[in-house]
Amino acid sequence: MSANVPAHSTLISRQRYLWGIRLRMWQRNAVDFWRELRQRPLALLGGIVILIYLFMAIAAPYLTTYDPTRGNLRMRLEPPFWYPKGSWDYPLGTDAQGRDLLTRIIYGSRVSLAVGFLAIGISVVIGTILGLLAGYFRGRFDNVISRLADLLLAFPYLIFAIGVMAFLGPGFANLILALTFKGWVEFFRLVRGEMLAEKTKEYVEAARVAGMGHWAIIVKEILPNIVHSIFVLGTLRMGHMIIMEASLSFLGLGVPPHIPAWGSMVAAGRDYLLIAWWVSTFPGLAILFLVLAINVFGEGLRDILDPRLKIE
Amino acid sequence: MSDTPLLEIKNLTTIYPTKRGNVRAVDGVDLTLHEGEILGIVGESGCGKSTVLLSILRLIRKPGRIANGHILFKGRDLLTLSGREMREIRGKEIAMIFQDPLSTLNPAFPVGEQIRESLRLHHIVNGRLPWPLDRAARSKEKEIVLKIMEEVGIPSPMDRYRSYPHQFSGGMQQRALIAIALVCGPSLLLADEPTTALDVTIQAQILDLMRRINQERGTAIILVTHDLGVAAEFCDSIAVMYAGRIVEQGPVDQVIGNPQHPYTQGLLESRPRLGERGRRIHPIPGNVPDLVDLPEGCAFAPRCPYARPECTEGPIPFYPVGENGHVARCILHA
Repeated sequence: MSANVPAHSTLISRQRYLWGIRLRMWQRNAVDFWRELRQRPLALLGGIVILIYLFMAIAAPYLTTYDPTRGNLRMRLEPPFWYPKGSWDYPLGTDAQGRDLLTRIIYGSRVSLAVGFLAIGISVVIGTILGLLAGYFRGRFDNVISRLADLLLAFPYLIFAIGVMAFLGPGFANLILALTFKGWVEFFRLVRGEMLAEKTKEYVEAARVAGMGHWAIIVKEILPNIVHSIFVLGTLRMGHMIIMEASLSFLGLGVPPHIPAWGSMVAAGRDYLLIAWWVSTFPGLAILFLVLAINVFGEGLRDILDPRLKIE
Repeated sequence: MSDTPLLEIKNLTTIYPTKRGNVRAVDGVDLTLHEGEILGIVGESGCGKSTVLLSILRLIRKPGRIANGHILFKGRDLLTLSGREMREIRGKEIAMIFQDPLSTLNPAFPVGEQIRESLRLHHIVNGRLPWPLDRAARSKEKEIVLKIMEEVGIPSPMDRYRSYPHQFSGGMQQRALIAIALVCGPSLLLADEPTTALDVTIQAQILDLMRRINQERGTAIILVTHDLGVAAEFCDSIAVMYAGRIVEQGPVDQVIGNPQHPYTQGLLESRPRLGERGRRIHPIPGNVPDLVDLPEGCAFAPRCPYARPECTEGPIPFYPVGENGHVARCILHA
């Protein structure tokens, strides 16, 4: 390596160079990750199922020609295609308003995934920041936040969310708010605990000896050691968030009624269970498979990412 | 020897408040270290050896604090510096290595990157552009890192640059740690039991390495150890600590060959030696005293075979007991 490589003079060439480095790092990590994932077929399957759901959510208008909200009242409660009366026009049948179930399930994945990702994302950010600070600096800040976390944990999650939603009223933003209101606590406790454990390790002392400041130690030394745990818990909790969303929608406290959501679809089909079981069952199965896939993928992720489980 | 010593510790007292009173972990310690010297601090666990090192870096964990004294490093009193000035000294001027190299290295980063981090922290290489952009500065840094890895004896540094700490053996980890400590070219290296966690053969290699660094770079070293053998082999001078105080101090051959304080004698007696099977080991009777409210006089008196009533009546000064400034704090030599 020579020292007289020309410095990057223009902003664009600098950025190009920077992103080149980042891309190479990501590429290397991705290759390692893929190699590990391939050895865990169940986790791989989970990942593929999640990708299918994601694709469904993004490409919904292109996958189906039906309108998810407007039905055909002459086609009420049509059975799935394998029934003698069923047809491929409505592969999974129709609901009480004559809307295609498959279409509604595909559109419903949008709500579930958006709520899952957003609620988890916001919870992770809040919980991680508070956990890092509380675990590192302790003191009064830690006491106050920890007591608040204990307080929030003392409420059953669903009851708590129902209360918040009843107070705020249905709506997408309110739903995210209700879920993150308590969702951050888990991440806070995880990060705080990990921080307490990491803080006593000698590499932190060594960083201080090397002249690092507190913020640099937190962000550059400790966070990279616990980011894996956050990632794994985030994945596992996402399934939980999706169930919460479905539960709230089931109770009519989720997104507004005109937006198709799996929870409200299950609720709407309850009255027809004996004559048209599919109206409730298929949205329920959609929830089941997504959450199962997320959990299986999360477990695999834990096995791959947690360095403590690895023996080299 | 130059006129101003590299490090001069005067009357250093570090205390940890507890419910029962103040624990004086370091109690009125005076030490002087010249450039290029190797000083050993020996003593039992909990006698305050490591606290002395942490006090020098001002990294005593709260609620502990340095209650008294001066620490003059190159003529500047470290205890009066601001936090920012102190951070610049840590790692750059005074570096430290620890007992357990694996837990001291950050498990999340490759070893080479950790060495480079030390360079970046102290802006050793000044690039024209902010760090990740300046390719010239980056390759210069990498060059320095590879050079230091080679200097501390990590074979094929190019291949090892991207290795993670757990892929290194214990000895290699300690070498990597030494590389991190040395890469900014400190004039003082604090070594806290650097060989305790290693095999005996590796111990010797690491000590050799540290001696070579001392000779080639002129880095002064303070070695804290409970192993008198290591200290005897490695150091120029030795300070023996007991219950937060220095009880005997002097050139290594004097202190080890002709110990004058009963505690030093006891330490040497209680050490098994190779090839002397029939010899009885004489442990020192009793335990290390409670560091809360130590008596004014000799802290070793309750365990000392020569103790007299006068021992605990008042502070005991250092008495000269041999050549080249060999001193002991014992009234036997009054």
